[in-house]
Amino acid sequence: MGASATTARGRDLLARLGVAVTLGGAVLLLIDLLAQLARVDLWIIGGELAFSQLMNYLWTGLTLGLIIGLAGVGLSLTYSILNFANFAHGDYLTLGAFSGSSAAYVIAGLGTIDLASLILVDAPASDVGMSVTNTPVAVVMGLVVSIVVTIGLGLALDRVVYKPMRNFEGISLLIASIGVAFILRYLAALIFGTGRRGVTAPNEIPSIPVLGVNVNAHQVTILVVAVVAMLAIHLLLQRTKIGKAMRAMADNRDLARITGIPTERMITATWVLGSGLAGASGYMLMLSSGGTLGFNDGYLLLLLIFAAVILGGIGSVYGAIVGGLLIGITSRLALVWVPGEFGRPVAFGLMILFLLFRPSGLFGGVETA
Amino acid sequence: MSTDTDTESRSRLVTDAGYIAGAMLLLYIVFLILGTLQGYPLEGIISSLQRVTFLVAVYGLAVLALNLHWGYAGLFNIGVAGFMAVGVYTSIMLTAPVGASPPGLGLPLPIGIIGGMLASALVGLIAGLPALRLRSDYLAIMTVAVSEIIRFTYNSNTFSQYTGGASGFGSIPPSPIRELFLQDASSIISEPTALGAAVFGFMEFPGIGQLEIGRALTINIFSTLLIVVVLAAVYLFLVRAVNSPYGRVLKSIREDEVAAQSLGKNTSRFKLKTFMLGCALMGLAGIMWFGAIGQSSVYPNAFRPEITFYIFIALIIGGAGSNTGSVLGGALFAGLLFEAPPRVATILTDALGVTNAPDTIIGALGPIASGQLTPMLGFLLDNMSQLRFIFVGVLLIYLIQRRPEGLLGHRSEIAAATDLSVRPSQSKGGETDE
Repeated sequence: MGASATTARGRDLLARLGVAVTLGGAVLLLIDLLAQLARVDLWIIGGELAFSQLMNYLWTGLTLGLIIGLAGVGLSLTYSILNFANFAHGDYLTLGAFSGSSAAYVIAGLGTIDLASLILVDAPASDVGMSVTNTPVAVVMGLVVSIVVTIGLGLALDRVVYKPMRNFEGISLLIASIGVAFILRYLAALIFGTGRRGVTAPNEIPSIPVLGVNVNAHQVTILVVAVVAMLAIHLLLQRTKIGKAMRAMADNRDLARITGIPTERMITATWVLGSGLAGASGYMLMLSSGGTLGFNDGYLLLLLIFAAVILGGIGSVYGAIVGGLLIGITSRLALVWVPGEFGRPVAFGLMILFLLFRPSGLFGGVETA
Repeated sequence: MSTDTDTESRSRLVTDAGYIAGAMLLLYIVFLILGTLQGYPLEGIISSLQRVTFLVAVYGLAVLALNLHWGYAGLFNIGVAGFMAVGVYTSIMLTAPVGASPPGLGLPLPIGIIGGMLASALVGLIAGLPALRLRSDYLAIMTVAVSEIIRFTYNSNTFSQYTGGASGFGSIPPSPIRELFLQDASSIISEPTALGAAVFGFMEFPGIGQLEIGRALTINIFSTLLIVVVLAAVYLFLVRAVNSPYGRVLKSIREDEVAAQSLGKNTSRFKLKTFMLGCALMGLAGIMWFGAIGQSSVYPNAFRPEITFYIFIALIIGGAGSNTGSVLGGALFAGLLFEAPPRVATILTDALGVTNAPDTIIGALGPIASGQLTPMLGFLLDNMSQLRFIFVGVLLIYLIQRRPEGLLGHRSEIAAATDLSVRPSQSKGGETDE
């Protein structure tokens, strides 16, 4: 850009001012948080906040953040390697959640309940009694199916929609992905109906109190699955040739091609990884949100996933994970200061701040390592 | 081809008017046929034509505003819904009666409309000032986030005493046409004014027995006409604007921003101005759309990002970068893709005699094995609203892959003040009087 030196300096100053204000605000909020915990009341800071409440925010924020982070890894990879913001990514989560729930229902209720209502996740949740302790095989197989189905879907969509558009610019691909989002979302609505339904057994998920928080078995499942998946991604990217090639692609597509990396095969690998993670996080989203499922769920999470990816820096896998955790925890922790309905807007606000003052994100943009 | 630029631009205006008139004629014929097939009474058919005209007009307004952003300045704004919400909410808050709940300021309508547009422009300024230097995909994400923050704010319980919260703002003042035609605008059965009495009397068409248009529909028809007039005014304004020196700078920014900068144009200032202007027009579209006809309240959830995407699809159908294309795309989207499919479904369901269609797709798939297609058809017709969106998605992908310029987009527009492609009939060998 041909900005002159003075405006560049002004912009730099503005950016620094923004960072300073943001940091100052964060410090103030931290002091206020401590004051609230200590039940001190000083003018505008302070108040009353139970420790268990704070832990509850942190814990639910953590589980949400892990889901957002996993979904964000996929979004970040497609963003940097295919060079477009995939607005259908949230609906990949929805499809993963529905296909996984459907499979889990079939396994859990086969023989006792009408097959059609099981496939359509329509049977009463209390009859099926699905939970990780009651029907562990069903829950795990549901996860596997959600991953496999979403990978198949991702590859099919790439072949039909994105492959003919490889040389198009990012905005055209973005618009096409909006079309894909419409198709997926309303396909889910057509097949599974538009109503929200409970999926997991209402009262049969065991929980234990930890530090004043009721930690339930499904949240622990999410934690375990997410950590395993993140380790797997780490090993894949660092230790395998395909991971190295993917990082090279994300860094510089042309250079990667010159060095003989088969770009088209890498794109396939990207979709496999990205869609698979999206499917898994969609399924876990269903588990986390009290086991409820609706055809809009993934789409409603999309902006938070974008926020995570932008926070972490587009193309950075570790950034997406950290960004996901930050966004998840922020959207819950914000409830200390704002009413419940503003959790999401605060997370979006955080994303906007990053877009404005540090668009390259925490991890400095295209760096998969 | 005429050599005179003036007549040429006039002839293009005539062709464009022809396109729009043709599209409207097509829509009217389609809806006349649909209404006849459904056995609507004449007044019902006229009412459906009025509704289509209304939708075409409000889509046209919104798409024109978006076209200014995306088609002319290349700004990828997908927060249209948010700016429309700011426009309509502000204007209602300004004009609603003081005593109502939630209360308004009771100001006259023109102030409300101007205030709504200014508020949208102001939000555009606040969002655009930092955002317009971002990459276009970042701008997209940021604008959709802003629009969601706006929707959450209007939806929130915290401010519900001012905004009505999730249950909506319920005291929209009556349309100016009602004020004009009725002595007590809040009551449809009140004594009409002199003008109102004349119009109502005329619309009863005493000569034609079957045709009698009631008061409510008469008021709706005139309100719709008012919106059509607003649309025409905005259209003419934009056509003038994009053919002015200002419009030429915009097009140059869209094509090559660095080149425009190197010619000494302050491109970020132009972009910001355009962004604000477009946002104000989006606010106006919101006011006309949600604050005018048949609405007694306005709900935050009317401003989900979906509606932004509808407007976008309409623009892509019509062709980004063409004002006529914007109106045309809005008309085709609103009429053929949005309003017609559910009615076609009803007619087909009746015509095929589909009774008790299965509730689920599995119930519909079963009979196919035994060669029965009717249950599946019935299921699909029942779910036309979902099917419609799937079709919209397919169409969007098809258009962006095969015809990204839409119906009328990127027509070669004359950038120079005078048409340089038209040479004077003979050269005078450099001895011009300049």
